Order: sequence, then C-alpha cells, then structure tokens
Amino acid sequence: MCLGIPGRVLSIAEGDLRLAKVEFGGIVKEVCLAYVPEAGVGDYVIVHVGFAISRVDAAEAARVFSYLDEIEELEKA
Amino acid sequence: MKYVDEYRDADAARRYARAIAAITTRPWTIMEVCGGQTHAIVRFALDELLPAGISLIHGPGCPVCVTSVELVDRAVAIASLAEVTFCSFGDMLRVPGSSDDLAAVKSRGGDVRIVYSPMDALALARAHPGRQVVFFAVGFETTAPANAMAVFQACKEGRTNFSVLVSHVLVPPAIEALLSAPSCRVDGFLAAGHVCTIMGTGEYEPIAARHRVPIVVTGFEPIDILQGIHMCVAQLEQGRAEVENQYPRSVRDQGNELAARMIGEVFEIVPRQWRGIGPIARSGLALRPEFADHDAERKFRVSAVTAAEAPECISGLVLQGLKKPPECPAFGARCTPESPLGATMVSSEGACAAYYRYRRAGSWRETTSS
Repeated sequence: MCLGIPGRVLSIAEGDLRLAKVEFGGIVKEVCLAYVPEAGVGDYVIVHVGFAISRVDAAEAARVFSYLDEIEELEKA
Repeated sequence: MKYVDEYRDADAARRYARAIAAITTRPWTIMEVCGGQTHAIVRFALDELLPAGISLIHGPGCPVCVTSVELVDRAVAIASLAEVTFCSFGDMLRVPGSSDDLAAVKSRGGDVRIVYSPMDALALARAHPGRQVVFFAVGFETTAPANAMAVFQACKEGRTNFSVLVSHVLVPPAIEALLSAPSCRVDGFLAAGHVCTIMGTGEYEPIAARHRVPIVVTGFEPIDILQGIHMCVAQLEQGRAEVENQYPRSVRDQGNELAARMIGEVFEIVPRQWRGIGPIARSGLALRPEFADHDAERKFRVSAVTAAEAPECISGLVLQGLKKPPECPAFGARCTPESPLGATMVSSEGACAAYYRYRRAGSWRETTSS
C-alpha cells in the first residue's frame, strides 16, 4: 500500500499542478510533483499513487554500502 | 532499475547477515511495521539469513488489512447504488465484508473500477458529470497527501459529483497501542520509511523514550531491511533506545512539509476502529467539516450492516505480531487469496498473502530466487 517506486524525471509541464513524465525501468508515467517542487529533469523521485513524495538523495543513497564497509572494519579492529 | 537493483545485491546481503550475527549476543524480537517490508522479508527469505536468536514479527502496516468490516460493508453498499461509479485501489476489491466484497458488486454489474491514483478517480468525475464518483480513500500517512489533493482539487473545481469514503489510519498510535499491550514482546521496531518520508521522524521520539525501545526508520529493499536490523540490534546490544534513520535517501527528519500541510488542511485526526485490533484513539483521519460535501458517508446514508468476521480467522493476532500465518489452521486450506477468510490473505501487503505466495510448505525455497 505504501509502495514507493524510484523513477527518473524526464520532463516537467508547468501548470496548476506540476506534472512530470517519470520513467520506471522503461515504463513512463505521469506523476504529480506538487509535493516535491525541488525535483528537476534528471532527478530521481520516489513515487506513490501518482505523486512524488521525495527526491532521492544520491549521496545518502550510497551510505547503505559505506556503513557496511565501516562495520566490517570495526569487526576486524 | 537504479535505486532498486543495487539494494538487492546478494553479496551485500550475506555481508550484512554476517555483521548482524557478529554483534548478536542475545535473542531479540524485532517488528517490521510495514506490510511492504513483510513481503520483502518473506520473498527474499531475509529471516533465514539471520542468526537464530533474532526473530522478526510482522506488524499491522497494511491499511487494507486494518480497514474495518463496517467500512467495507459501507463501501459495498455505496458501490451497489445505481448512480455510483466506485473507484478503489485494486487491493480492496477482494477484502471480505460481512457477506460480500467489492468484486462481488462488480460481478453483479456494479460500476466498480480499479484506479492507480485518486487523481484518476477525480478525472472520471470530470469526464462523467452525470455519475456520482466515489473513491475509497484507504491508506496510511504515505497515501494521505495524494487523497487530500484529490479532495482539495475537487472542492476547488466545485466538482460536486466526487466524494471519498475515508478509511485513513495513522502509524504512531498503532505502535503505541502495540507497545502498551501486556502481551507485547517487541524489543525494537523497523518503522515504515515512506510514512516517515511524509511525516518525518519526530513523532517516534517520545515513543522510543517512553517505552525504551529502539525505532529504526527503514526502507523496503532487502539491503535496507538488513541494515535496519543491524542498526536495531546494535542499539539493543548497547542498551540504547533511539530513533535512527536507515533510509535517508528518502526520509528527511522534518518529513515532507508540503505534503504534511495538505493532510492537515483536508483531514482531521479522529478515533478509528482497526480490523482485528479494535478501536485506537486518535489513530485515523476524517475529512474536515469544510469538505463535508465530498464525504461519501454523509452523501450516501447507507445503513450499516451488522459487521461480522469469519470466526475461524486469526488475522487480528497476525496483525499484532502474536501469531504467524502458518499457525492458523485455515491457512492455505480454507483460506487462500482466491477465497480469503480475512483481509491479511488478500492484500499484496498482508502477512498471510506473503506466506501463501512465497512460502507454502516445500515450495518457498524455489520461489525466493525469482
């Protein structure tokens, strides 16, 4: 139900509600950007029931793997 | 797919499993709140990777599963009206009411439609001004901004033929209720990353402090969940009880303030009946009085049918993490997704549906690799 899928913003149409074309692994859907006005073309957004709910932070996204390296280092120490 | 595939890497999963085992000295019980996380755990057999002492129990995080029988009955009654086009997320269609589900209304010729977004239902109302379009607004905080926007736009456009039947539920009061129950055996929580994407992490601070329980806001892919478990076990082993964020690529501490503001404009907090659990104070959302014209419950005064559950169904215990689906004598025999006794067997996020799909006796190991 709370499924959110990351997709890449391809284009944005300005209007009463900002709408974007967002690509999910080859499938393109229309997505409302009303809640994520900071998203631009090329950004990844998390989409839930037709609405972007966040812009994916690329630096934070890598932390899952750097954390793993860190805890393995700690183990060895 | 970027931001999906790399979080399903088998080698990273094994490394995380090893790291969890290395810090675990005692048995711990961790509840994942969200049904999406439950499905990932069962599908990818993440629990099988963990040391024996760590048990994962599945929480109530499936809005379809906790929508009360009364509301399903009301939805069935409204959907049966000749002038109504009833729109719903697909998951709701087979959820059993007292005697009927929405799929049955559709098969009898009722105008019941599956939509992907509440905005699709609003578009139907624009296209068919002669029809009364009703959207079944089910969901947690994640879905509330979308449903709020549909109502807000309908109101702005004066779209009098659009209304919503609201069954919104809120996560923190449910966690609080679970923790306050004497039967609670949860040591730590993985909180739902998309709920917190909207609401932020602040609501969980008092819960973690009051109940001395770590709460790790966690994502939905296997590596996310394993990292969330590692962070939770690390806290438990060190005697900490803090709110931590495993999913910062989507969750900001303050949440999505624009979305949360829209929820507050359209909805107000009310008590809500949770299917299988009972009433929980301040755990639901209802439309504010200024949007009463778009409230399907007011518009269609259908008499509520006496709500009755299938007596054999143990979904209430499953939703509270007190039983696992295979412990139910009806599981897979008298209760299947095609012929469900309870909502947890229907929804794509229900725990019983997850076990049925991925883990029927003898077959689950083969299916997890797909």
